[in-house]
This record gives sequence, C-alpha cells and structure tokens, in this order.
Amino acid sequence: MKYVDAFRDGEIARTLATALAREVRPDRTYAFMEFCGGHTHAISRYGVEDLLPRNLRLIHGPGCPVCVLPTGRIEQALRLALDHPVTLCVYGDTLRVPAAGGMSLLKARAMGADVRMIYSATDALALARREPARQVVFFAIGFETTTPPTALVVREAARLGLANFSVLCCHVLTPPAIRAIAEGGPDGEVGQIDGFIGPAHVSTVIGTGPYAPFAAQFRKPVVIAGFEPLDVMQAIRMLVRQVNEGRAEVENEFTRAVTVEGNLKAQALMAEVFTLRDSFEWRGLGVLPRSALRLADAFSGFDAERRFGLEYTPLPDHKACECAAVLRGVTRAWECRLFGTVCTPETPVGACMVSSEGACAAYYAYGRNRDSGADVP
Amino acid sequence: MKSVYVRPLDLRGGHVDLAYGGGGRAMQQLIGELFRQAFDNPWLARGDDGAVLPELAPGERLVVSTDSHVVSPLFFPGGDIGSLSVHGTVNDVAMMGGRPLYLSAGFILEEGFPLADLQRIAESMGRAAADAGVAIVTGDTKVVERGKGDGVFITTTGVGALPAGRELSGAFARPGDAVLVSGSLGEHGMAIMAQREGLAFDGDLRSDSAALHGLAAAALAASPGLRLMRDPTRGGLAATLNEIARQSTVGIVLEESALPVSPAVAAACEFLGLDPLNLASEGRLLAVCPGEEAAPLLAALRAHPLGRQAALIGEVIADPRCFVQMQTTLGGRRMVDWLAGEPLPRIC
Repeated sequence: MKYVDAFRDGEIARTLATALAREVRPDRTYAFMEFCGGHTHAISRYGVEDLLPRNLRLIHGPGCPVCVLPTGRIEQALRLALDHPVTLCVYGDTLRVPAAGGMSLLKARAMGADVRMIYSATDALALARREPARQVVFFAIGFETTTPPTALVVREAARLGLANFSVLCCHVLTPPAIRAIAEGGPDGEVGQIDGFIGPAHVSTVIGTGPYAPFAAQFRKPVVIAGFEPLDVMQAIRMLVRQVNEGRAEVENEFTRAVTVEGNLKAQALMAEVFTLRDSFEWRGLGVLPRSALRLADAFSGFDAERRFGLEYTPLPDHKACECAAVLRGVTRAWECRLFGTVCTPETPVGACMVSSEGACAAYYAYGRNRDSGADVP
Repeated sequence: MKSVYVRPLDLRGGHVDLAYGGGGRAMQQLIGELFRQAFDNPWLARGDDGAVLPELAPGERLVVSTDSHVVSPLFFPGGDIGSLSVHGTVNDVAMMGGRPLYLSAGFILEEGFPLADLQRIAESMGRAAADAGVAIVTGDTKVVERGKGDGVFITTTGVGALPAGRELSGAFARPGDAVLVSGSLGEHGMAIMAQREGLAFDGDLRSDSAALHGLAAAALAASPGLRLMRDPTRGGLAATLNEIARQSTVGIVLEESALPVSPAVAAACEFLGLDPLNLASEGRLLAVCPGEEAAPLLAALRAHPLGRQAALIGEVIADPRCFVQMQTTLGGRRMVDWLAGEPLPRIC
C-alpha cells in the first residue's frame, strides 16, 4: 500500500509536529474545525491530536453523512420500510442511526422490514433490474461525494424506464452547512473557530471555488486537505500560518486530487438530476435554506417521497442531547451529560454517536484515553 | 427372511427432506451412510445414544467448550462451515490449555438442502477432525422446514484434557506481561465479507481457518508462566483484548507498527473503511506471557508452521480503567475499543 503509507509516515509526522510547535504563537490559542467526518476519523484513528501543540485544538464538525440526518428523515425511511411493501437499500452505517423511541432501520429489519445494506448506489439499481416485481427504494444520503453516483443511477433508471426503482433523496450540500456554523446556531452561540480544514472528497467534486466567498465574508481561512493524517497536519500548519499572518484565504493542501473548478462532469450530472430544496432540516444545525437536494422535475417519477406519499414531519431530538452544540464547537463531547452514560455507540441517542466519523463516537472509540477528565468505563 | 433392499442415499441429486429428521429409517440411513462414513470412529460406529470415553491421565482435568456455527456462505476460500465448526471448538479447548480429544456435533438442516453439499461438509469435518487428532464421537440431526434455517447450522462441543499444574485464564494478565499474536489478522473476516457481498478484490483473500492445538502446545511448552491464550474470532483482536483487560483489570498498549496484517486485508480494509483489529481470525492465537518469557515464546511460535508471522505486539500495563490503547505508526496514541455491532463499511 505504497500509495497511502507515504501519507502516514511517523518520521515526517514528527518533523511536521516540531515545525508546528515552532510556528504557533504561545500567547494565543488556536481552534480549527475539520468539517468532514473523514478527517475526524483520520485524526482519531492515528492519534493526530497527540502531535499538536497544547494551545491548538480541533473541533470535530458535522460533515458525517449519517450524523446530520435528522430524526424526521429516519422516521420517513422507517415508515416507508415498515408500512409499504418495498425493499429499502441503505448505506452501511445508516442502519444504526437512532430515531424516536429507540427505533432504527436495524430494528425495523428485525421487525420484518426488508432493509438491505448496499455498498454502492448501483447495487440498488441492479436489484431493481433483477427483480422487476419488487419496489426498490434507495435511501440516498450524503454530501457532494455520494450525490453524483445517485444521479447516475437515477438517470440510468430513467433511460431503462424502470417502474420499480425510486430514491428517497436526502443529499445535502457542504457550503451552506459551513456557513451555518460560522453564523452561529439557532441560539446565536458560536464557539471559537479560527479556520476550517476543508473537505477532501467533497472538494474533488465541487472544487475550491465555492469556499472563497465564505472565507472572505467571515474572515475565516479554509484549507482543503486530503484524508490522510499527514494531509491533516500539513493543513493545520497552513491554517496556523494564515492566522498568524492575518490572512483568510482558501488554500489547497490536497492538490493531488482537488482543482479550483472541481469535477465539471459530476457537477453537470448533479445539475441535471437534482434541484435545490427550499430548506432542509439538519440534525444539530436546524433548518437551513437551500442546503439540500431533491430530484429535478424531469426525474420526479423516481422520487420516493412522491411515489409513496411520504410527508416530512420534523421530530425533536432528545432534550438533553448536546449534539448541536458539539457540532458547532460550543461544547465538547465529554461535557454532554448523556455522553458515555445513556449515549454510547451501542445505544446512540444523538447523531454524533452513530458513526465512527461522528464527533462523539470518534471521541468515545478512540479518544477516551486523552486528557479530558472523562473517565468512562 | 429376505434381506430388505434399501435404496442408497442419492448423494448426487438428493435433498434433505423432513423424514431425515423424523427419527425413522431415513434418519438412520442419513447418519449411517453420510455422517458415520465421514467421521469414522469406533464410538460412532456402535450407534449408541452417547459415547463412553476413556479415563484421563492422573491429575488431568476436563476442559469443555461449545460453539455454534452459522456462517454464510457455507463454502468460502480457505474452508467451509464443516472445517470451521471443528476448528472453532478445537481452538477454544486448545486456548484453555487443553489437549483436544473429542467432539460432539449437532446439525440443524433446512429442508431442501442438497445432500451433496451435506456430504461435502461432513467429509470436510471428518478431515479437519482427523487432522486435529480429535474424534467426533456423538451427534444429533434435526431438520427444519424450508425457510426456517439457512441450509445448515452446526453446533460442536469439544472435550479436552488440561495437563496437571497448568491453568490459563483471561483473568491472569499482569502489568509487565507481553502480548503476542501468531499471525496476520482479520483474514477470515475479510474473506467471508468479500465473498458474502460479492466484493471483487484483486489479491488473495482466504480464510485462515486452522486447528491451533499444535501451536498452542508449542506455546505451553515454551512459556511455563503462560497466562492465557485466546483465538481472536468474532470482534477481532480489539474485542479479545478488551475482554482480557476487563477480566484482569489491566490496561493493554499495542504497537501499531508491530501488528501483522497481510497486504490483501490491509487494502480491502482501506477500501471499505474497516479496521483489521475488528475482523475475525479463525486460525490465529493471541498469547499473554510474563515479559521475560516473550522471546522464547515468540521463537516457539515462529518455529511452528502456523506461527511463522508471529509477532510481539504489545504489553500489559496497570490501568484501573481497563483501556486498550495503541501507539499509532504516526506517533499518537488512541483507544482500541470494542466495535458497536457488526463492522459496517463507512460511507465516504
């Protein structure tokens, strides 16, 4: 695995850590948010935080596809799977996302619903083609990374005139979410965030362009970084330099994959198949305008919400759950009183505990040994 | 009296039907023509309800362990449910320090299951048992209606002899002890997942399923103070180490760079967003021994054909929180936790 090992090299990491320690100003603190769950995972899995200066902290952002799915959307999927004779195809970690009353798609499956784990959108399409008598619904979630594959299968389904395939579309967009964090939550609270580590895979699709207005308006530097631990460390170093020099620019650490304009083909495909929703509820961030996608009118025949008459009802999260504050860097995972008590990876209450990319789950699974005062057995 | 003609089992095109579990002639025939043939030993040949086993040597004690096998697919690269059901239980007995001697086998067959497959499985069990030096001395067969099983489920119980003066337990780990593993991790788990989900990976993903009695005996001989052995099956090394940490009320620190992982498993894990520490092995043993016995134990493991890739992977520390941690290749330190539920691929 030569192509990845080079980005995990301990010796280079030590060199970078020494350089970082030299470059941070001792008279201030630094707080950077890595937006993406992929970064959260890499940071936790490789113990990157142990190599960072003490006055620099990372805030694990909301860029985990399953973590931002609100309870109401899971409820919609549950109703579809339980009340309609359909086969619901979902990505792996969607199965465990908690809904109201301790329900999840995994539990629905145990109750007899036909819910299947798939590895790619094309698996769902293949199932629909193989079994024309079965109504196959693909629960499409994720950011701009997983959106083009969904667009591709919808277009293919249209070409084939498949009557038994549809999509429950919950694709969301990255730039509106980053903007919402910088603007502060519903209660106006904003934690200290001095800059953003920008998404890796998402940026391969959308390019670095969309972050520019954001960086300028909020005076926050953004550095797009790859998902390997050395990428993250290098991006942090670039952020520290921007902060020290009073700059707020979009820089690209992940030049081996990300360009300014991004993947134009994928963008065109998305524009053809999807259209913006007026608003969309995010777990932890509330209702954000123009932040998610639905199928464009030309493809509305494949919209599961229409086909099965699914209404959307927002459902409140658990009252004591502090995911919203954790995602915005206002509260740390272990400061939530549910953390590690009723909310664990086995019985997640909040969305951040669901996937190993979630802020709370990453901390629970990988970071409990760190100096936090959180002695969770 | 004329001898009654009995049509032999159609082992090529036949299927299991409900009569094979009914306790009548059909069941007798299935046992006689298929299982007794495949397992071939004097206890089974007598056709009694159970087996009377010989006395153990003076001072030896009995070790018993049981395991149910429900693997899907039934046949996979590197083994099948038959060999797995023998290895799994033989290994559990061996990990306790026991010399595996006898097995029992219970079969739950689904109506419609091809007899040819059943024969293939039984023969695989027979071979695995012979290789492990154990006899399948008693068994049971039930048939469930179509749709109420998944082809075949096999439960095996193993009996072994624990030598006088030896005792191993997950509760015996002490600070300063060394943690060793006999070979590369997660090969069974990844082979099954790739096969089950039709993931076409290049490279050689094969189950590591194997009987560990010989390797375990070598470990016992090389390390007089050996604390414990475990086979990191379901939940992988991460689950096994967390169990040990809890049982012994200690912490464990692993060195990531020392973990043996094959390139094929590492690449597949990379692709799916999985961690080899969470994937099952079926032919690897984990051993904890006093620090000063680590070198001879490692040498003994490496000298055995099943332990060539053995490695010293970590040490036991004092930690009332019972944390399992890992020093990463990058230079950080992170927790190694139990996995919540099944390993599920991450989305991006």
